[in-house]
Amino acid sequence: MARTALTGTRIRARRNLRGLRQAELARVVGVSPSYLNLIEHNRRKVGPDLLSALAQALGVSSDALVEDTDARLVEGARAAALRCDAELAELERIDEFTGRFPGWSKVLAETQARVERLERVVEQLNDRMTHDPYLGEALHEIISAVTSVQSTASILNDSGEIEPDWQTRFHQNILQDSARLAEGAVALVNYLDAGKTEETGLAAPQEEVEAWLASRNFHLPQLEHGDTDIQAMVQGQVELSSDASRALARQWIRRFQADARALPLDKLLAALSAHGFAPDTFARQFNVRFDQVLRRLAMLPPKASADLGLPAPGLVICDNSGTLMFRRGVEGFALPRFGGGCPLWPLYQALQRPHQPIRQRLVTAGRLGRSFQSYTYAATEVALGFDKPTVLQASMLIIPADSPNASDPGGPVVVGASCRTCAQTDCAARREPSILMSATQSADAL
Amino acid sequence: MVKRVLVIEDEPNISEALRFILTRNGWQVDVSADGNSALAALCSDPPDLLILDLMLPGISGFDILQSLRAQDGTRNLPVLMLTAKGHAADRCEAERLGVTRFMTKPFANADVLEAVRELTVS
Repeated sequence: MARTALTGTRIRARRNLRGLRQAELARVVGVSPSYLNLIEHNRRKVGPDLLSALAQALGVSSDALVEDTDARLVEGARAAALRCDAELAELERIDEFTGRFPGWSKVLAETQARVERLERVVEQLNDRMTHDPYLGEALHEIISAVTSVQSTASILNDSGEIEPDWQTRFHQNILQDSARLAEGAVALVNYLDAGKTEETGLAAPQEEVEAWLASRNFHLPQLEHGDTDIQAMVQGQVELSSDASRALARQWIRRFQADARALPLDKLLAALSAHGFAPDTFARQFNVRFDQVLRRLAMLPPKASADLGLPAPGLVICDNSGTLMFRRGVEGFALPRFGGGCPLWPLYQALQRPHQPIRQRLVTAGRLGRSFQSYTYAATEVALGFDKPTVLQASMLIIPADSPNASDPGGPVVVGASCRTCAQTDCAARREPSILMSATQSADAL
Repeated sequence: MVKRVLVIEDEPNISEALRFILTRNGWQVDVSADGNSALAALCSDPPDLLILDLMLPGISGFDILQSLRAQDGTRNLPVLMLTAKGHAADRCEAERLGVTRFMTKPFANADVLEAVRELTVS
């Protein structure tokens, strides 16, 4: 088990709780007081034997001194602190705080995580109400039918004598509109209920497909073994509740199946093992397009990826309208549900440079910015013929990365999810104010 | 003299109801579901009032309103906008473009009649 920097702090806190002096504990476990002092100040690592002796002397289990949740607690407490604008003089003592008060740290970290989750839900609902074309269209259809029924019924009720021809027409209109209303209401209820996401209770076909793939860790093992009945794969799936979502899922499965055939799993894993994470090498080795490699790498079996030390990747695909057609999120790199993403994403830069692989370090905007390596490629997907429009698609694979080195060529690009949820205040690419900004910041943002 | 009202509305049952109640109350009513062709016709022969839906196929009610306000013959034409989009932002946009009255769907027939009366008095 990893010895985190907090182990020493924990040992000191436990010793103080038991009212032991440093010299006493040092004597019991057979080390010098000065060495124990270095350990307690996290300046020396603790070996397993000494850890066991310390735990025994302090009357706790070894695990209690080296809980691997420490890092998470520190990160949660730090995130909570950084969200406050006020300067926190105690920030550098966060290890001590977490070590001495693990229970309170847990409360703080969980509260912080909950705040982040709720903010995400608010953002999604906000986006949904503002941009969702399905919801807007469905509501418009229902309001139109209601308007017609109400107006026509009012005519029949209030207008006294009405010619038989008109009366017949109005009855027919009401019948027609009430059927339309019922159909629209059912469609709306299905839309709101079916395939609901855990967080918002609302889902569009693309979200249903993504939720279905997410529930399978973005890996479909059936595709690794030759022919598969794609129709059977999507039938009866809880997440795929509409014809539209099943049709979309079939389309993506066919694509993933072609990727799996072009890059057989055993050979790809061997190549990963031999060359490390090298999409360009794989494209040459398997004689496939670069974006096919990116998709395939995003759909590997999670266990095989973990065995190779590969973190779970994110994948975003858009067409040349900028519409995001596929989203596999990765922790720390938020993807918008509606509308376009950050215009600084390499995804969009690639559309301007088709067939040219782009590797770019990214750092997410904000005080808790995280580092990622992105691999992007755009290619012609549909060519309709001479003098006809061409449809491009760009794919961007996102891998969590260590903080960038100063020696990285060009340095990292600071990016957000979308302008609406990005707090970057001095971005020349901003197209609309952020909901995270104050009114004053919003006014100055553009 | 009988006042003329043009209804641009792509929902046939709504425009039929409007036609009925307005005709019964003394107006001459023309109906169009196609914003583009209606725009060309009403510029050459403006009615006394335009009842305009906002969400139309091909061209939006906002676009039609903007075109009307840019031309001398229709700059002052009374326009009653009837829409299922009742957001404050839509109302503001309609007012910015020079709408005379903004009403949301569903509407009460009596309210529409009253608005039409007021807007065709002058």
